[in-house]
Amino acid sequence: MKPVDLCKYPSSWFAGGSDILSEVVISSRIRLARNVAGYEFLPCLSPNRQRELQDKLKEIMLSLELGEKVYYFDIDHASKVERNLLTERHLISQRHATGNGPRGVVIAEDEAFTAMINEEDHLRIQVYAAGLQLHACWQRINRIDDAIEQKLDYAFDAKLGYLTACPTNLGTGIRVSVMLHLPALKMTGQIEKFVAAARDCNLVIRGLFGEGTDATGDFFQLSNQVTLGVSEQQIVDTFTDDIVPKIIDYEAQARKTLLEKRPHALDDKIQRAIGVLRSAYLISSQEALFLLSNVRLGINLGRIKDIQLSTVNELFMLTQPAHLQLRAGKMLDPDQRDSLRAEIIRKTLSQN
Amino acid sequence: MLCQACKEHNATIHLTELADGQRVETHLCQQCAEGQGLAIKSQIPLNELLNTLLSAAPQATDGSSESVPGEMQSEHPCPDCGMTLKRFSKESLLGCPHDYKEFEDELAPLINQTQNGKSQHVGKVPSRMPAAQHRDIELKSLQRQLDAAIRNEDYETAAKLRDQIESAQ
Repeated sequence: MKPVDLCKYPSSWFAGGSDILSEVVISSRIRLARNVAGYEFLPCLSPNRQRELQDKLKEIMLSLELGEKVYYFDIDHASKVERNLLTERHLISQRHATGNGPRGVVIAEDEAFTAMINEEDHLRIQVYAAGLQLHACWQRINRIDDAIEQKLDYAFDAKLGYLTACPTNLGTGIRVSVMLHLPALKMTGQIEKFVAAARDCNLVIRGLFGEGTDATGDFFQLSNQVTLGVSEQQIVDTFTDDIVPKIIDYEAQARKTLLEKRPHALDDKIQRAIGVLRSAYLISSQEALFLLSNVRLGINLGRIKDIQLSTVNELFMLTQPAHLQLRAGKMLDPDQRDSLRAEIIRKTLSQN
Repeated sequence: MLCQACKEHNATIHLTELADGQRVETHLCQQCAEGQGLAIKSQIPLNELLNTLLSAAPQATDGSSESVPGEMQSEHPCPDCGMTLKRFSKESLLGCPHDYKEFEDELAPLINQTQNGKSQHVGKVPSRMPAAQHRDIELKSLQRQLDAAIRNEDYETAAKLRDQIESAQ
């Protein structure tokens, strides 16, 4: 498998079902940060030792019996557009894409498991699932972590837990995240409710692509901030039983208010979005994201009946810049990308 | 609106708290909010937080106005990886697991603030931990002996220690 093979399909975990829960929670993700005992952290690891560690971890990761095929990509030698494609699909972080030195990523065939080697920590494993499935994610990643641990010694301290390059990941080294679609809260000017609820629970809000990206638009990534002194299971339980239901309730209330009190404002927004998407000849990725978000809401609320949710999800994923360029088989300048993006969207939506 | 605390700068942080059913609004500038530990929750970058801690350290440890002790402290390298607090405050990443011991006192308040007051790990423990940690500790101790031998220009002992480290790894 090469990165270019991925550019024609959306990721399996980027889906969304037909109940309010999976409408609002697009995906769940759990990441564990681990370092190997006996090696310096990356800022102080010499290039030779970094290469040695990369080879060691690559061999271990490829030898695990995960029940499905896994592939290794050398990020240091990948082209820029390939790295961007992996970032657009959330398979590697922006830090990993733009970093330096020997580093790579192991990706499972279903793209729901990845292991970044030599990112901020020696090893960062992550598991994705569609909708709210944090318990399943934790079970899967915990088993993988157990299997890795049979083959090497992690840097661990009885008091501070798993030792990480940045003290903000100490302890469990866990980052539990959910990707949320909150268009009605945004439209009704109540996003502050969500921000306050997150702050009260010591959670961090980020943009669609995680660390370092703006929380603009209607998509948000919500993650735990505290990693020390609270168990993995406790964090997962708090998200699943406490935080996420509360936010879903806020969004559901806002949707109800829109339907009851401002149906014309709602339909105007949705139908204008479809109008532009079906007729535009140039469209930026930012505008596409914004308009597709409104169409997604329209489908969720039953205001649009002739477009499938899966079609919209596909367009979200496949109209990103690196996806377009790999599909076209050549580098495209922003104008050419906007033109190709508009063409794909126009054709896809007029078939429905 | 002016900051309620210093009454000099513009208030950019607005807090609404509910205490005993009473709504209390507080308006502060960034500096005063940071001083009261309130701005951390709005995610100031870790290195800024560390800079504040580093510059506050000398005043806390001795009464003199000289910042020299703090400077020396921040330039002290970890014997295992060479990381200094000064470099950590810029990059916000440590150099090796031993840094957590070497800079234990300086890191404690930082860990305390970023981890919501927690300091003891709860949760998963690697099953192979005891043996691994044992070997780790042994290697660290050998490494420190090696550093001392090199410092004392005792190259015969240093060579022996290096062999021991290589066979233990």
